[in-house]
Amino acid sequence: MTQLAGGSDLSGPPPIPSDEEDVRAGEHLAPARRRGKSRHSREENRTGLFLISPTLIIITVAVVIPILWAVALAFQNVRLINIRGTGFIGEYTLDNFIEVLTSPGFLQALWTTIVYSVCGTALAIGIGLIAALALRKPFRGRGLIRASLLLPYVAPVVAATFVWSTLLNPQYGWVNWFGTTVLGWEDPVAFLSQRSLPVDIFGLQIDLPIALITVILFEAWRSFPFAFLFLTARLQAVPEVLDEAARIDGATPSQRFWHILWPQLLPTIAVLTVLRFIWTFNNFDDIYLLTGGGAGTEVVAVRVFDYMTARGDIGAAAAQALVLAAILAVLVTVYLRLFGREEEQA
Amino acid sequence: MTAATVERTTTRKSGGFNRDRFENGLFRILRPIVIVLLLLVSIFPFYYMVLLSFRTLGSLLADPGALWVSIDELDLSTYLDVLAPVSDGGQGFIVFMRNSLIVALSTVALTLLVAIPGSYAVSRLNFFGRRQVSGLFLAVYFFPAILLAVPLFVFFTQVGLRGSLVGLVIVYVSQVAAVSIYTLRNYFATVPVSLEEAAAIDGCNRLQTMWKISLPLAMPALVSNGLFIFMIAWNEFLFALLFLVEKRDSWTVSLGLSQLSGSIEVPTTVLMAGSVILTLPIIILFFASERLLVGGLTAGAEKG
Repeated sequence: MTQLAGGSDLSGPPPIPSDEEDVRAGEHLAPARRRGKSRHSREENRTGLFLISPTLIIITVAVVIPILWAVALAFQNVRLINIRGTGFIGEYTLDNFIEVLTSPGFLQALWTTIVYSVCGTALAIGIGLIAALALRKPFRGRGLIRASLLLPYVAPVVAATFVWSTLLNPQYGWVNWFGTTVLGWEDPVAFLSQRSLPVDIFGLQIDLPIALITVILFEAWRSFPFAFLFLTARLQAVPEVLDEAARIDGATPSQRFWHILWPQLLPTIAVLTVLRFIWTFNNFDDIYLLTGGGAGTEVVAVRVFDYMTARGDIGAAAAQALVLAAILAVLVTVYLRLFGREEEQA
Repeated sequence: MTAATVERTTTRKSGGFNRDRFENGLFRILRPIVIVLLLLVSIFPFYYMVLLSFRTLGSLLADPGALWVSIDELDLSTYLDVLAPVSDGGQGFIVFMRNSLIVALSTVALTLLVAIPGSYAVSRLNFFGRRQVSGLFLAVYFFPAILLAVPLFVFFTQVGLRGSLVGLVIVYVSQVAAVSIYTLRNYFATVPVSLEEAAAIDGCNRLQTMWKISLPLAMPALVSNGLFIFMIAWNEFLFALLFLVEKRDSWTVSLGLSQLSGSIEVPTTVLMAGSVILTLPIIILFFASERLLVGGLTAGAEKG
């Protein structure tokens, strides 16, 4: 579940690595039974299929068939106006892909998507790690603080984007009030509608892509609790003895972190990276609600939406979404190849 | 190089500049600062939301920096305005809430209805194609929603289902069923098989065993899963936008807030009251069930 959970971000446990163990847990019944009577195993097969069929039917009807259809649409010349007669079969053409891949807007959006996902993922995991480490030792009220840190993650995305765009509003937003009266900014900053902000750093003029930076920071704010949650759980599973032994051997806190904790956290961080990257890469809600894709923040998902609704060019929208999914699949595969192996060696 | 190392070890032993003591001191100072900062950043936007919902637009424009509201300035009309039906000059959030509630509760009920037997089958029964089914569910979990949105948008337009809550619920169920099965099957896997075997010996058939033994034992998981689905359905935005936007009577709270925040006619403070209405149920649910939910969120992620 991507946008629902990934976007509104209340995603459940990543169903990643537990697969084999669970299969085994179930299977150790099966052989014993199979050995005895095959009637039983046939009954088991039938019951299993019967119990899973409602889910399968719903997923086939509302996910699998639509996706196949999206592929078919991407190869057809479909517009919102002639939508009535559109089906699976039509005049197949590569026009949409040629149009999409040669337009500069798409490549720009793709680049923005990659920058947004890489920075958003890195920041979210970094902040989540700092939070998990800072709250490692127990103290009074820690439970409440932990729960409060999860608020950005559980809150509805529409409310979160609305309150932040109000906070950042140039006329009456609190952040700009604070900046101009306390920090001495010359002018209020239009964080969400300004493409670039010239900033003077040590005499150097730099144009900051301010809207893009803002949406990346928002993404970090919204999803660091997810990383925090998983890293906290992982930290709790690190045996106390290891830390204790290192301390007795005279390791300083930073040494204990790099040599004891970090290797133990690494697999969790790797999984988090994949999950957060996928969800950020597919993210539509946050950017659409914050900037509408303007001011240099147009990511592919928002562009697909615009093609579909504003331009009514269904074929091109489907083609872009398909390219997005394909690129994501390639990136994730490359990542798993590179880091999956490295981990096995370690 | 070696000289430096030797020197460092000697200083550590002699206790002059002590790296350990320095780091311990540094982190002792940094830790509370980091915690307070994180807490501020996490909570402040929500505080600001509540604060603005009690102010009038005029007082906000006059004093955008104020972080509290005095009693005589306290304005509750924002809530009345945002909740009242459109015919009475309000924004109609009461209708949006009803819609959100219908959608979220139906999604929870339907998803659990299909996911309970499904997850039981995946965790316990050896049926033909079980691995493939698991793989399919995993793929659904990571699929870009925007790719799915295109054909669904076309289909709903074709059959004239846009504006219907039923269509939205079906899409939600298809999206969360896979996640649900993944969470629930881990719990079913923890129910001892011997219990089920005992029930079988006592003459229960498979469905009776599931109903009488496994289900009650998995109750905490079911509750947390249900809450989790409720939150997803309540918070969801993209599909609601695609399917419901043309019919104001079927807007959900999320959609209503996002649509109205685009217009200049509705004051920001009134919409802030709408945000509170949208967020409050989720926060209440979250704090009421935090222990259950956090357990549910991390369940199955523990192999790493």
